[in-house]
Amino acid sequence: MTHEQKNILSVRDMEREEIDKLLCSAAAFDRGNFTGHELDGKLLAVLFFEPSTRTRMSFSSAMMRLGGKILNLGSVEATSITKGETLSDTIRVISGYADAIVLRHPKEGAARLASEVATVPVINGGDGAGQHPSQTLLDLYTIRESMRIENIDVGMQGDLRYGRTVHSLAFALSKYNNVRLHAIAPEGLDFPSHIKEDLHDAGVELIIHDNIEDALPELDVLYVTRLQRERFPDPVAFANYASTYRITPALLECAKPNMIVLHPLPRVDEIDPAVDALPCAKYFEQAHNGVPVRMAMLNEVMN
Amino acid sequence: MVRTISDGIVISPIKNGTVIDHITPGEGLTVIRILGIEDGTNVTFTVASNVVSSRGGRKDMVKIENRELLKDEVDKIALVAPYASISIIRDFKVSVKKPVGVPKEIVGVIKCPNPNCITNTKEPVKSKFVAHPRGFRCQYCDSIISREMDIGDYI
Repeated sequence: MTHEQKNILSVRDMEREEIDKLLCSAAAFDRGNFTGHELDGKLLAVLFFEPSTRTRMSFSSAMMRLGGKILNLGSVEATSITKGETLSDTIRVISGYADAIVLRHPKEGAARLASEVATVPVINGGDGAGQHPSQTLLDLYTIRESMRIENIDVGMQGDLRYGRTVHSLAFALSKYNNVRLHAIAPEGLDFPSHIKEDLHDAGVELIIHDNIEDALPELDVLYVTRLQRERFPDPVAFANYASTYRITPALLECAKPNMIVLHPLPRVDEIDPAVDALPCAKYFEQAHNGVPVRMAMLNEVMN
Repeated sequence: MVRTISDGIVISPIKNGTVIDHITPGEGLTVIRILGIEDGTNVTFTVASNVVSSRGGRKDMVKIENRELLKDEVDKIALVAPYASISIIRDFKVSVKKPVGVPKEIVGVIKCPNPNCITNTKEPVKSKFVAHPRGFRCQYCDSIISREMDIGDYI
């Protein structure tokens, strides 16, 4: 986050204090400590070059709850982008229309480029397989609301190779004291070596598990991610993994009583719907936390 | 004393310009590419490749006539030839010797290895890499070019 223009592009750029400040601010909004006029008269441009439900709607909800208004790009097909306009030109133009920009784009680094040409703050709403800081902040907020973010064991299960949410969250957790990470992934979908090296450099203890049963009793947080069928060599391999690693009430019997289950959603088959009724199921609450967390982000960059 | 080919001269001395010596074998032409003086420019240069080095082993060597390299250019050379030495020649004599140093930031030189990086699109943006303990990190997509990778392939 730069001080001249308060962008939020990546948790990698953020100090622990900045993250904690945003989480505290989110907690205040979550508890209703706001007037609804904090962003009166402000306009947020919502530029989504990729499909999104939760991120787009929760940013819109957050902006409107603070009194601001939304300018939507709409479908990309109906814009000048189809005429070959560059992202840089689009951002320069829209900088003159709004007080801040939320950008989701399929190319990694798009938000950073946008922040360089924009004259208003830019928030990264997810760039390719890269960063998605608002998701990471709401993940941290959900953990913080359930327990402390230190001296905990966090398990990450699913597609750890391509999943941007787990990479981002792992980096963010590396800024907190004594957080042990447990990787639970099928062969070929483990953390990429450069992420492992970064985590090692940050002093994070990373434990690799062959199966979920071994890891589960140690965990305070289980973060499950969606698997994509195309990542597997064949449908049989996918079916094997999906059945072996599916989170069910029976499996969770060996977990600590206060362990929580998170998922960035959308889920497919990774979590049995029967888990939804258990106290450990925090993934819908996690999605709802997107609103106060994004209120904090918008308030930070525009106020 | 006038040296001959049999004495080991592989490229003739230059009157004015720059000599880049002790380049990692095979990287001489990469150095030329980094400096932007390939065919089509009016700069005269000579490349000696895989010659015996006085320090032992083999090396590449580049001589560029009538051009004195600037510090930025010297720093770029460090990417592929960290042990190179650079001599500025004036009237056939070594006027200045410059060591190469790995720069902290490289702008517009390295092509990001990540095909999905925004710098590999039609956007008007130059690649930007910063020094990292294991190599160089793209400032846009966080990809790392490690020291084990052949950086010359990305220049």
